[in-house]
Amino acid sequence: MKNRTGWLAESLSIALSAALAAALTAAPAAAENIKRGGILTYMIPADAPPSLDGHKENTYATLHATAPFYSTLIAINPDNPSSSTDFVCDLCTEMPKATDDGKTYTFKIRKGVKFHDGTPLTAADVATSWQYIVHPPKGVSSARESYMVMVDTVESPDPETVVFKLKFATSAFLPALADPFAYIYKKETLEKDPTWYEKNILGSGPFKFVAYETGQSIKGVRNPDYYHEGQPYLDGFTAIFAAKQSVRVDAIRADRAATEFRGMPPSARDELVKELGDKITVQTSDWNCVNLLTPNQKKKPFDDVRVRRAMALAIDPWKGAPALSKIATVHTVGGLVFPGSPLAATKEELQKIVGFGPDIEKSRAEAKKLLEEAGAAGLKFELMNRNVDQPYKFVATWAIDEWSKIGLKVTQRVLPTGPFYDALRSGSFEVAVEFNCQNMVNPLLDVAKVLPRSVYPENYGGYEDPKLIEIYNSMLRETDPAKQRAKMREFETYALDTQVDTIMTPWWSRIITHRSYMKGWKISPSHYLNLNLANIWLDK
Amino acid sequence: MYRYILNRLLLSIPTLIGAAALVFILMRLIPGDICVVRLGSGGSINPTAVANCHAQLGLDRSLVLQFFDFIVGFARGDFGTSMWSGKPVSQEIATRIPVSLEIALLATLVAVLIAIPLGTISALHQNSWLDHIVRTVAIAGIATPSFWLGIMSILVVLEVSHLAFGAPWMPPIDYVSLWDDPLRNLSIVILPAITIGYRYSAVTMRMTRSAMLEVLREDYIRTARAKGLFEHIVVNRHALQNALLPVVTLIGIEFAFLIGGLVVTEQVFNLNGIGRLFVLAVQNQDYTLTQALVMLTVAIFVVTNLAVDVLYAWLDPRIRFG
Repeated sequence: MKNRTGWLAESLSIALSAALAAALTAAPAAAENIKRGGILTYMIPADAPPSLDGHKENTYATLHATAPFYSTLIAINPDNPSSSTDFVCDLCTEMPKATDDGKTYTFKIRKGVKFHDGTPLTAADVATSWQYIVHPPKGVSSARESYMVMVDTVESPDPETVVFKLKFATSAFLPALADPFAYIYKKETLEKDPTWYEKNILGSGPFKFVAYETGQSIKGVRNPDYYHEGQPYLDGFTAIFAAKQSVRVDAIRADRAATEFRGMPPSARDELVKELGDKITVQTSDWNCVNLLTPNQKKKPFDDVRVRRAMALAIDPWKGAPALSKIATVHTVGGLVFPGSPLAATKEELQKIVGFGPDIEKSRAEAKKLLEEAGAAGLKFELMNRNVDQPYKFVATWAIDEWSKIGLKVTQRVLPTGPFYDALRSGSFEVAVEFNCQNMVNPLLDVAKVLPRSVYPENYGGYEDPKLIEIYNSMLRETDPAKQRAKMREFETYALDTQVDTIMTPWWSRIITHRSYMKGWKISPSHYLNLNLANIWLDK
Repeated sequence: MYRYILNRLLLSIPTLIGAAALVFILMRLIPGDICVVRLGSGGSINPTAVANCHAQLGLDRSLVLQFFDFIVGFARGDFGTSMWSGKPVSQEIATRIPVSLEIALLATLVAVLIAIPLGTISALHQNSWLDHIVRTVAIAGIATPSFWLGIMSILVVLEVSHLAFGAPWMPPIDYVSLWDDPLRNLSIVILPAITIGYRYSAVTMRMTRSAMLEVLREDYIRTARAKGLFEHIVVNRHALQNALLPVVTLIGIEFAFLIGGLVVTEQVFNLNGIGRLFVLAVQNQDYTLTQALVMLTVAIFVVTNLAVDVLYAWLDPRIRFG
């Protein structure tokens, strides 16, 4: 009886909390008197994107410049972008339920959607765009082909229906489908010239293309035929390319731009808040990006797990993360999985993994002992890093200092992006500061980074490990959340603790500073998400 | 005279070919791969996409074929398309050259207007307090990096406007051409022109001073003065005109440098010029664009040197060509 009462009280409490949460979520939209009109000016922290084609490119420079022009099939919920599981329809009418034992997804496509040239958008356009993403024809590049390994076919049996058939059921599918780069292109144009979208823009999104000057700016104007009623609120936007941080900070300070959507370091945030007070708003989030310290196991003594284990034991993320977060764009201690995900390890679970122990002195004593046993006491090596300040160099400098506490003598070699990748691919490094930065929080695919190179070509650790692959494949095909979580723990423990294939550093922290008159936009865990500007309005 | 110009132009051909071969080889010696840079920004690279990218850019062909294509294209004045943006290289350069040219011209104007009068005054009043002040200004200009001065100038503008009007102000950061909106254009380019012009004027000022000092000690100046000529005629017609020879050379070299060398300053002021394009091209390992930019720079130096030589004849009739 007591249990039953407790259950009832708990249910009531959950229901009340849900109602309150719903009311609070709805409240801003209702309470805020949305103002229409105005031009949003924002900065893109890059010189110029390589092309305007979202299917082909992988850089935020392309996305920040072109996302407002395009529609996608589904997207993260723009009103709840911090959630890693809340997806909404963009071009579809409702989120489908999987059939055929989780292997078939059928989407109904909105009627009356038009491309910016006035031609109707149908299911055939959606299906063809996805076919080019999943199985690009020979000679056509798709940067996301490897993320869509689970998809077998994409078809449009009629003008309002798109059917995805999967090779196997997996909960990684829907997050992968919400990829913000997966623009819906016009079938006819795509089939006629698959490279057309590299230099041209034709979408069905909230803004119509006006002008693009390479390396300078891109402009869009409100699409009056946009299918989400009432949106967009802005008359248009101007995005200015500015690679240098000081330019972006000064521009926001002088109100030459309202914001930038990638992320700023704490120092820039502090400067703007100090100068502008309540005229600036700060939004922060954990960022689905992390630096990994990867030993090259093809080089001695990093082929010895005792050495790798000692390297992990020397680092104290619990003390390091709060200190680093004051100067660098990192914040949260986490394992292989993005900390905000339901699949992420809890603190208690993490503390059982090497490198996350609660007693750093004990860990370092063990590390020294392991180095002695491996004959690597006082080991000297080079840490290869990318020539990017935030947070790469900060994280590397911190790690070098931590390693020095167990007698390791480490120097940092900083390389430009091209030579950095070249060294990674050729294996000409001892330990490297790598990064894993994804758009959708999709842990099942995101953690593939630690799989051996024979399976995941972007792994540079120089190891083969059938057991790790076996655990991963089993986890990828597991659709029961509890079992999937257990398998993720097994995978994580094996990669980080048993084999120490890589060493985690604190996950990145995304800090967005924007002029307080910019309303309606909410931060997400990725600088690739929630960028179509449809829900932004200016309180001027 | 014409034969001299023709000879100089013909001599520039082997220079350009040599530069072309050198840049082709050097670019390929840099480790890295444009396709990897382009596709790897998310931390993961799809090998099939990289292979497709290589095929699309023609990087899967032999180096000999690539070099042959480059030389043939170069001879025809066709530099191909940028490997990064896919746009014709000529178009990439054409959109940026007006920015760099405008800044270079304005900076040169600022430099000449400051350097020649001050350098002359400094020489005429050697070792006076005026000379010391001018020399201090000149040395400070040489010692101060333009980009630092640029950052400081923006900060000063921000702070002063904040204090004066209650809200920080800075010039626009999205460039508009002089023809579209002259006032907005000038408000954008004036700070970089002054910043660069100051360093440029410092170098030129010192050269003007030392050349003037040398010329003022010549016999013909003493003769001019002995003839009872007014001092301004002695200085302007007899001394300055002869002292300007090395100054003109310096101005020419500096001007050529400004077209492609404002790498950091262009970044500081967010100007989309040739210097920024140069860095981007090298950073992205965009072979075609880098090759074209190097060739452009070499051509600018060749033409500027030629123009300086021609100017010599105008300044000093004793100089005869050929």
